Amino acid sequence: MNKEEDFEANLAGDEGQSEESKSGWFRRIKKGILTSTAEKKETPEGLWTKCPNCNFICTVTELRENIFVCPKCGHHHRIGSAEYFDILFNDNHYEVLFENIRSKDFLHFTDLKSYQKRLEETWAKTDITDSIRVAAGDVKEHHMVIGCMDFDFIGGSLGSVMGERISRAVDYSLANRAPLLIICKSGGARMMESAFSLMQLAKVSGKLSQLTDAKIPYISLLTDPSFGGISASFGMLGDLNIAEPGALIGFAGPRVIKETIKKDLPEGFQRSEFLLEHGFLDFIVNRKELKEKIATLITLFKG
Amino acid sequence: MPQAKNRQFLDFERPIKELFDEIEKLKQTAEKTKVDLSDSIRKLEDQVTEKRREITQHLTPWQKVQLSRHPDRPYTLKYIDKMCTNFVELFGDRNVKDDKAMVGGFAQLEGQTVMMIGQQKGANTKMRQLRNFGMANPEGYRKALRLMKLAEKFEKPIITLIDTPGAYPGMEAEERGQGEAIARNIYEMMRLKVPVICVVIGEGASGGALGIGVGDRVFMLENSWYTVISPENCSSILWRSWDQKEKAAEELRLTPDNMYQFGLIDSIVPEPLGGAHWDYTEAANLLKPKLVETLKELHQYSSEERIAKRIVKFGKMGFWNEVPA
Ligand SMILES: [Zn+2]
Repeated sequence: MNKEEDFEANLAGDEGQSEESKSGWFRRIKKGILTSTAEKKETPEGLWTKCPNCNFICTVTELRENIFVCPKCGHHHRIGSAEYFDILFNDNHYEVLFENIRSKDFLHFTDLKSYQKRLEETWAKTDITDSIRVAAGDVKEHHMVIGCMDFDFIGGSLGSVMGERISRAVDYSLANRAPLLIICKSGGARMMESAFSLMQLAKVSGKLSQLTDAKIPYISLLTDPSFGGISASFGMLGDLNIAEPGALIGFAGPRVIKETIKKDLPEGFQRSEFLLEHGFLDFIVNRKELKEKIATLITLFKG
Repeated sequence: MPQAKNRQFLDFERPIKELFDEIEKLKQTAEKTKVDLSDSIRKLEDQVTEKRREITQHLTPWQKVQLSRHPDRPYTLKYIDKMCTNFVELFGDRNVKDDKAMVGGFAQLEGQTVMMIGQQKGANTKMRQLRNFGMANPEGYRKALRLMKLAEKFEKPIITLIDTPGAYPGMEAEERGQGEAIARNIYEMMRLKVPVICVVIGEGASGGALGIGVGDRVFMLENSWYTVISPENCSSILWRSWDQKEKAAEELRLTPDNMYQFGLIDSIVPEPLGGAHWDYTEAANLLKPKLVETLKELHQYSSEERIAKRIVKFGKMGFWNEVPA
């Protein structure tokens, strides 16, 4: 581990201290990617990015052509739902579902700011409506439903909307007999929703058991980072649990563990490779092979 | 229960401590002078009862959290001892080890065999360490699941008693899949064919609590709390300081009253005046009939009905707006 991860700041609704969020390049190009394909080409060609892992410098265009994997060291940059959908769905063609379900400050929760204000600020600065987007479309010859988290939305935090959108994704899976893929990327709970956030673990697990009964495959793809309630529920409940290389995955965050045991954590602790070694992943998949791998798996499940 | 002289008092329980001290003094005087002071003592004891009532009438959320952590509070094994007969404790997850922070075993509740499971805290420094302060490792959750599956096989209902500041955030816990262990429990509990009742008897923190917290009915004792994160950790993350725990406790709406209003729990179980630590037997006697009666009710349904209802029950939890498309 070459940097101390601080996704807690993201959970608090801030941008955090990681290289990737500090540099801000991702957000600057984000609107471009999300709005339309035409605008895509117009994103600043000259924008340079530095790999947080190996310091390799290349242009955003180069990085995108390499689907946000560092050309030098293979570091998987954090990307959002739009990029994953683009990678996975044929011809970037898909239907986004359940976007009308939006977060609500039901508890009138106020920390340094009110939750309502945080939501409004987040909606204002991104095009995404909550920490997960669900879409249906074809992945090679398979019709699939994919839920993908967006870390930019309050650290990808798990709240009522994520729970409800996944629940409805399961209903969609059941109705269409479409396999479900959830791409996890979250710092943990949406604390501003208190116990409601916690209960989403049970809510989604209950829905997943319906997929089990219907024998529809569910795959969990864990990406950097996947923490807290995600790993304590659907993140670890896939028929297959797979991960991108080098992703930080765990229940307790590194800071909390460090404070508890009062020791530095070893290199590679809580990385995908560590989880694979300890028996908690089926395999690690490079982003470049993701679509092929998922399609093959679904073929195997069906065959 | 601790003897009067060994009782520990929270800051807001000071007035009771003063009365206790006075009673103790009178008793000593009576002993020495052979004068009958029982009237005065009885009056003071009445005042103690009155103070216990007063104190619990106006508790802040943070004070509820403090009461849930009261050093004299009864823990899981105490409730089992007071409510059940023929308890046979069962150990181990059949895989790594026995987790002392999670206990369980068969017992009889009014003659009916049940599986009792819960986090266990220690009553003194040495035991607190042995019990790891009620913070289970993955083995604890897997032990709990093993016992639940055993109960299911023999068609015995399950009662879980939740009392944890959280699942243990240690290195080995991560190596052995703390997240997976909790996830598996939540998923499997949702599908258990037997009736399941969960009771938060003290602290109900986060996934560590929910890992034994999915049931047909979820209760909370009067002076317990239940939410996604401890007020301290919430303060440190959202307020970037450890000093806002009282405020965090308020904002989190973690009290039984709030949880009941939100429809996240089914019932609040009263405690003895001033809290369960004042009278273990009474605390158990307040809980036990509730369990017996609820089991009777749950037995009316088929296992398929119970499972379907469980999925719907948790499926309804959450709040959101549906904006026009
Ligand atoms: Zn690199």
